[in-house]
Amino acid sequence: MAVCIAVIAKENYPLYIRSVPTQNELKFHYTVHTSLDVVEEKISAVGKSLGDQRELYLGLLYPTEDYKVYGYVTNSKVKFVIVVDSSNTSLRDNEIRSMFRKLHNSFTDVMCNPFHNPGNTIQSKAFDGIVSGMMVPTG
Amino acid sequence: MSCCSFTPLTARCSASPQDTEAYKSTAKEDMTRWQSSLRTHGSADWVIIVVETNDTKKKNKTNILPRSSIVDKIRSDFCNKQNDRCVVLSDPLKDSSRSQESWNSLLLKLRTLLLMSFTKNLGRFEDDMRTLREKRTQPGWSFCEYFMVQEELAFVFEMLQQFEDALVQYDELDALFTQYVLNFGAGDTANWLGSFCAPVRSWSGLLLRRPIDMEKRDGIQRGEASLLDLRSYLFSRQCTLLIFLLRPWEVTQRALELLHNCVQELRLLEVSVLEGALDCWVFLSCLEVLHRIEGCCDPAQLAANCSHTVGLWAYATDKLKSLGELCGLVSEKGPTSEDLNRTVDLLAGLGDERPETVSSLQSPYKKLKEALSSVEAFERHYLELSHAAMEMYSAIGRLRSARLVGKSLAEFYMRKGDPERAETFLQEALKSYTSEGWSLPVTHTRKQIAECQKLLGRTEEYPSDTEGQSRRPLESEPCVSDCFSLTSRRSYLQTSALLAGDANLTTEERKHFCQEILTFAGKSEDQPPKATLSMAVFSQLTRLQFRPATASVHSGAVLQAELTLRCLMPVSVRLQQLAVSIHFDLERAGTNGRSKGASRHANPGTVEFSQAHAATAAGPAAASSSSAAGPPLELDEIQDRSPTDNSLNSTGVVCKNTHLVMRRHDGGGGGSPPDTPACVAPPPVTTVKDGGQMLRPLLAGLPQMVKFTLLTGHYAVKKGDALQLSNTDSMPVLPSASCTARITSPAAELVGESSLSIQSSEKVTSISLPATPPYHTLEFHLEVLCLIPHGGERPANERLTNGEVRHRPRSYSHPDLPMTAIDQRMSIDCPWSIYSTLLGLTFYIPFKTKHTLLSAGNRKYIQVCVQNMSDVNFTLAEVQLAEKPQASLELQSLNTKTQQLLCSKHSVFCLWEVRWKDDLPSCLHVRAHILPPGGEQHCRSGFLCGLEVCITRLTEPAEGEAAEDSKTDADGLKTTKLMYEVADSSSNWAVCGKSSGMVSMPMAADATHKVQIEVMPLFAGHLPFPKIKVLKYLPHTAAVAIQPDPDSCVENDSLSLLDKALDDQGDTASIRSRGSVHSVGSGDQQQQKGVAMPRLEAFAAGQVFNHSHAQQVLVLPATDDHIMEVNAT
Repeated sequence: MAVCIAVIAKENYPLYIRSVPTQNELKFHYTVHTSLDVVEEKISAVGKSLGDQRELYLGLLYPTEDYKVYGYVTNSKVKFVIVVDSSNTSLRDNEIRSMFRKLHNSFTDVMCNPFHNPGNTIQSKAFDGIVSGMMVPTG
Repeated sequence: MSCCSFTPLTARCSASPQDTEAYKSTAKEDMTRWQSSLRTHGSADWVIIVVETNDTKKKNKTNILPRSSIVDKIRSDFCNKQNDRCVVLSDPLKDSSRSQESWNSLLLKLRTLLLMSFTKNLGRFEDDMRTLREKRTQPGWSFCEYFMVQEELAFVFEMLQQFEDALVQYDELDALFTQYVLNFGAGDTANWLGSFCAPVRSWSGLLLRRPIDMEKRDGIQRGEASLLDLRSYLFSRQCTLLIFLLRPWEVTQRALELLHNCVQELRLLEVSVLEGALDCWVFLSCLEVLHRIEGCCDPAQLAANCSHTVGLWAYATDKLKSLGELCGLVSEKGPTSEDLNRTVDLLAGLGDERPETVSSLQSPYKKLKEALSSVEAFERHYLELSHAAMEMYSAIGRLRSARLVGKSLAEFYMRKGDPERAETFLQEALKSYTSEGWSLPVTHTRKQIAECQKLLGRTEEYPSDTEGQSRRPLESEPCVSDCFSLTSRRSYLQTSALLAGDANLTTEERKHFCQEILTFAGKSEDQPPKATLSMAVFSQLTRLQFRPATASVHSGAVLQAELTLRCLMPVSVRLQQLAVSIHFDLERAGTNGRSKGASRHANPGTVEFSQAHAATAAGPAAASSSSAAGPPLELDEIQDRSPTDNSLNSTGVVCKNTHLVMRRHDGGGGGSPPDTPACVAPPPVTTVKDGGQMLRPLLAGLPQMVKFTLLTGHYAVKKGDALQLSNTDSMPVLPSASCTARITSPAAELVGESSLSIQSSEKVTSISLPATPPYHTLEFHLEVLCLIPHGGERPANERLTNGEVRHRPRSYSHPDLPMTAIDQRMSIDCPWSIYSTLLGLTFYIPFKTKHTLLSAGNRKYIQVCVQNMSDVNFTLAEVQLAEKPQASLELQSLNTKTQQLLCSKHSVFCLWEVRWKDDLPSCLHVRAHILPPGGEQHCRSGFLCGLEVCITRLTEPAEGEAAEDSKTDADGLKTTKLMYEVADSSSNWAVCGKSSGMVSMPMAADATHKVQIEVMPLFAGHLPFPKIKVLKYLPHTAAVAIQPDPDSCVENDSLSLLDKALDDQGDTASIRSRGSVHSVGSGDQQQQKGVAMPRLEAFAAGQVFNHSHAQQVLVLPATDDHIMEVNAT
């Protein structure tokens, strides 16, 4: 399960970022922000080789001693970042993928909401609920 | 032989026996012994090579029987089942094809046999190994033992140059071990894992310089290896193989994974480690891997692949930093004794330097030892590493990562008490976070900056001066300055203000920063503090409201702007002055005062600023995110209706500004100012309008008030400026005694009223205007009259006095009003423009008139119908009918009322009797009689009755008329020809026989002609008389003959209706031959074309008076069908 889930706009500002409250939120902000480097690197690398037929899932962006950071980018260049605790070794790649898919679906629902102004931060309760389901349950 | 697989094949060369005898005597015995020794060793892989030479061949030739050859002997003796185990090599030293062939077959056989042997042996070995692995759940199973077994396989593959396969063995071992550790974490403990859980005593790092680290291998074999030892050994083997495979970048990637993994595993296994020991191990390992890679790659390759190595650099930097912190090397004061003890402990765990690196000056071991030895050395090493990492990150475009390292460096500088250098890195990082709108890092970094600025400010008298202070050049840091650009810095006060308004901070923190500002303000009493702080820092503009709502006013007028500001300060702050400035944006001037904001907001003239990003710190972040939000959608409903029945086919919503909404937002952060409606000067053109016709249409023939509206624009009308109105004759401007002008301000407030002096001549009216300020409105009224043009007479184009061609007033019907319109033009000249303004005025003629001439016997009447088309009521007075001067008529009005109300949309009829002074205009009387059939009193339907038409000439025709259409008869009497026609349009009558005919009327008064026509009434009742038409019959004339009228055919047709049996048979001038009545077809017509044609002409109105017009005659039913039946009973 994730310790931090972030949605980042095409322009690289956070649309949504949530982390487990037990840990330092700021640290996750830094981690997610730094991960954008790798996301951009991967997008540009993929863009060169495959053109439009690209995989949305970017895989492991980079591991740190404590966390594994996974990335996913939609066709509209909105990025999803999931941070998983390194000690959580039971998590398989497939599960990460399905988490991203779920996240993407929920995000699409948010965007379909006619009252949502694209570009604003995500306030949707439904989205929040989906994210909560994917986060490490806290106490 | 430690392992059978090392020597899987034994070969026996028997070259000595030269003949069968010798073989039998010595070699056979020898070979039997060899075979038995092989069997005792359990080796099944052998081959016997028999070398034949030419001389033996020769001898063999004597032996005719092939069985008796040595080869056959050997085969029969030793290879009873495996014939392939004996190979013959012929003349190995000779260069013959036979020799070559035998060599080839020998090698092929050897290869096959070797492969078979290896396959068999390795297969067996792998089976054994698998069996051993399956036993891993049994107690007493040891991973280390198994490790040795599988590694042997890996060695074999490595020896065989099968590095890929060898690597697989190590990877399997790696995975197996990892799984055990994970299972341990899950609670499934294996006994053998105990040795790995022992406290870590040595953290000497990876050793990648030896192909096989036998020291560690022995440790594993003995079961004494620690987790780090095992991992280190395993990785060193993997690394060796990967480098053999020319995959050095996989080494770096795996190394990073390994290091992270080891840290995690030690944590998972709860192995007790001295604090900092792991950092040492990781640091040494990182550097060792980097050194190893550097050793096998050239610098260019390294530079191109620094994306693979930078992770290790950053990790090493990180670890060194934490080691430095741990050992008290980062603090300003230097390490304490406690720190020194810790350092000693850590260094002890490193052990002695490996012999491989003793000689090298830059070994990881030496670096670490040196770095931990003194504060200065640590700083040098740490900076070196940090800058290397930052440089690499920048080089591969990972600027965020570079800034994060920079931030960490800044923290180091802060601890070292060098806030100035720290600030550089912090500002750089802050710029990145602000530009991308990451509020939490922004707050955090800003807080660090504040701390740093405060430290700097302590030395400075005025913290605000730090902004202007020149940065110290970074010569001592050679590699940093190129990747960071210089930025202007905010002062501590500004940073504090931003932090005080930062919603991410707690109220206490915000209050603290707010207090900082206030303290500063209170401190410098002797001179007023000049720190200028951006308004955006303190407050946020939430609403901008304009009055008037359009936000567009003329210059000189008042535009009210109401600004709603939200204070961001945590405590109430006293404001002494608030100033707002408006700047004129040239680029937006083209919008001409159209307020974009007003049009898209529900509240007119109000711009609401988004609150969504209020939490985001002010600055480019807010600007970029609000621009990212894009323009609001402009949606419209569309309905597609069927054209036939107007039913709804489809409906939908369309976005009108798709091009704006869908536009790419590239290069965010271009902090453009919010979209505020600009106050723009109106176009500097003076315009004149007439407002009169807006209300109701101007009516021609009546004096009409026309309102002139003068918008002054930027021109100030001076006293004495005069307007010159040029008008046409048909629309004079009526002079009026008093005329006042109203001057109103743009806000529609009455500014003043003044009377105008108007001088009007016939064609020009000069109006002296009062002084009017610019952008004001001047209104006055003038009375004009549009003369109703006389019918028929069209005035020629005339010129207005100023030379404008006055076009003939066009008259046309208004599409909405049934009135005829007349366009009138007026030209206006003003002193402030060289151009004349043409003014179009449209008048409508309110009346429509119709007149008819009515006859009653000899009397004639003129009826005039006046129809009021307008919306106003008129009083009709003094109705007069004027005669043309040459007409000798006497008109007697029969209109009794002198005044008559003519209501809107109603008509009034006026009647006059016309009397001719000389003679009567009527020339013919037509009188008809219906004669019932003989003996009958009344006509009966279905029975023929007679119609007697009596045409009487009343007067002699005038001279011209007589000359035109008279003809001298044979008897000398002048006659005119008339045609009569009985036409019953209502099909009441059937005309039997001829319905029309020609009569010759003598040109004398009271000449009468009677015509008898048979008609039959078709219905019973009071039937109106059939209509009798009398027409002039004009015989052909030369003029007509030359120019055949296109109507002639029609006339021809009408003539063809004439009965042939006309009673004036004498006149044969008629072209139509008798009997061709029914054959007047196209052929005849063709023939008649161009030939003189007789014509018919109707009499003018009033010339023929029909007495029997509207008379009725009683027609009885044909038979009395009502038979009464009387039945006697």
